[in-house]
Amino acid sequence: MMKTLTVETKLFLRDPASLFFAVLLPTVLLLGLSSIPSMRDPIPELGGQAVIDTHMPAMMTVLAVVMLAFTVLPAAMAMSRESGQLRRMSTTPVSPSRLIIAQVLINVGVAIIATGLMIVLVNLVHGVAMPRQPLGFLLVFLLGSASVFAVGLLIGALAPTAKSAPGIGSLLMFPLLFVSGMWMPREAMADLLRQVGDFLPVVPFGQALRDTWGGAAPAPLNLVVMTATLLLAGGAAVRFFKWE
Amino acid sequence: MAVIEVNELRKRYRDMVAVDGVSFTVEEGEIFGVLGPNGAGKTTTVECLAGLRTPDSGTISVLGLDPRRDAAELKQILGIQLQSSGLAEKLKVWEALDLYASFYRAPRDWDALLDQVGLADKRDAAYGKLSGGQKQRLSIALALVGNPRVAILDELTTGLDPQARRDTWGLIEEVRASGVTIVLVTHFMEEAERLCDRLAVIDSGRVVAVDSPAGLVGRVDGEQRVTFRTSTPVADPVLKALPEVLNVTSSRGQITVTGTGNLLTAITLALAEHDIVPIDLRVERASLDDAFVALTGKKIDF
Repeated sequence: MMKTLTVETKLFLRDPASLFFAVLLPTVLLLGLSSIPSMRDPIPELGGQAVIDTHMPAMMTVLAVVMLAFTVLPAAMAMSRESGQLRRMSTTPVSPSRLIIAQVLINVGVAIIATGLMIVLVNLVHGVAMPRQPLGFLLVFLLGSASVFAVGLLIGALAPTAKSAPGIGSLLMFPLLFVSGMWMPREAMADLLRQVGDFLPVVPFGQALRDTWGGAAPAPLNLVVMTATLLLAGGAAVRFFKWE
Repeated sequence: MAVIEVNELRKRYRDMVAVDGVSFTVEEGEIFGVLGPNGAGKTTTVECLAGLRTPDSGTISVLGLDPRRDAAELKQILGIQLQSSGLAEKLKVWEALDLYASFYRAPRDWDALLDQVGLADKRDAAYGKLSGGQKQRLSIALALVGNPRVAILDELTTGLDPQARRDTWGLIEEVRASGVTIVLVTHFMEEAERLCDRLAVIDSGRVVAVDSPAGLVGRVDGEQRVTFRTSTPVADPVLKALPEVLNVTSSRGQITVTGTGNLLTAITLALAEHDIVPIDLRVERASLDDAFVALTGKKIDF
């Protein structure tokens, strides 16, 4: 397994585009955003908090994870199927699922590194506060990432071609990011959209990250929906995985 | 000793019967060909051998193992190169070998293997940058890296230029010489004729014949054709009187004689008796192509 992981890591690093978008983009965006003065203005709808306090860092964390899970991972999975790597591996004593597991582990690892890097850098450069509820934040980050990656795994499991995989991922990613509040805080949305959002993938992840970043406990409903997403999408991905 | 025994293998996909009662045995140390047109059921047969597909019925034994029940054990000692199986474009040649070697209990020294397949100077090249022939040679190396006793090679030379194809054939003969039994799936007559000790001709999911290439040709070798020129004209009766001769035609100085049995000797003796020296003497025998047409009623064409 170690060798497969090493080789897949090397391959990931040989693709500068995914490395940039996944690892650096959220950090660069957040650094840029936090240098805009108006981002620091208290906003009544956010309970007197500034956008940069918890909302934006949480959104950028979601962005980092979702981009890896919805586009980079499905593209890698679909590519190993399309190029016949899974087929070749199936002729060896080792199951081709090992390759998929390695790809998931690497992307999760990169998501953790990207998020850690972002939290530390924006704190050092612009004094954006660290998550105030660190344990809760960590729990939410791990559970939420797992649920988002389960959906990404499902996309990769079913995507018909390597070209279409990241496209399908983006098609799902943008509406979910919108409902999560990437471009407009959820507080400013219609009630219906907010209520529906609670039951979608990704959205509870962003909400719970915001809550724990600000020092509150995550809402149980968010945790339940994240767990359900993880089990349903993960189960479906394993059940319906297209090996060729 | 038989290393592979296939008995009454059947496999159907939805409404199409891919393999319809295939049986054959492969002996240790031979190059066994599976020859047939596209869609004849060759790849399905091979995938069943490798345990990648479950047959609807029939039994298979490879090195005494059942490909479904003993899949894990079998894959340790069976090397397979399948059509349309690739690698990541940016994976380097040595990384591929190192990785695949790690999948086996007792792998071969892949550095030596790299030399054997003639890719030593491509060690650090990315898979995506290799030529078609180089990719196929890497494929063979990957099929051999587990140190298998049997290697199955599926449509190895399809899409290669003639030189690369000849190089690959040389490599396969070397591999056999090192003691590996080889099952070669192909639709190239020339390849089958040159490499295989025995062949199973498969058509529409059935085995039409199993024999050596020469044996297959012999089955349809009813008629031979001898052509030559002569310095002095030959009177027709000289040849027509021979019991082996069926027909004699001549056009622009070239004489074509068809017949059976020991035709060539009969003709040369008859000419010698009349002090006639044949020039450009050629014997055309039936080829494996002809045998294939006779057996299947089809011409392999592509």
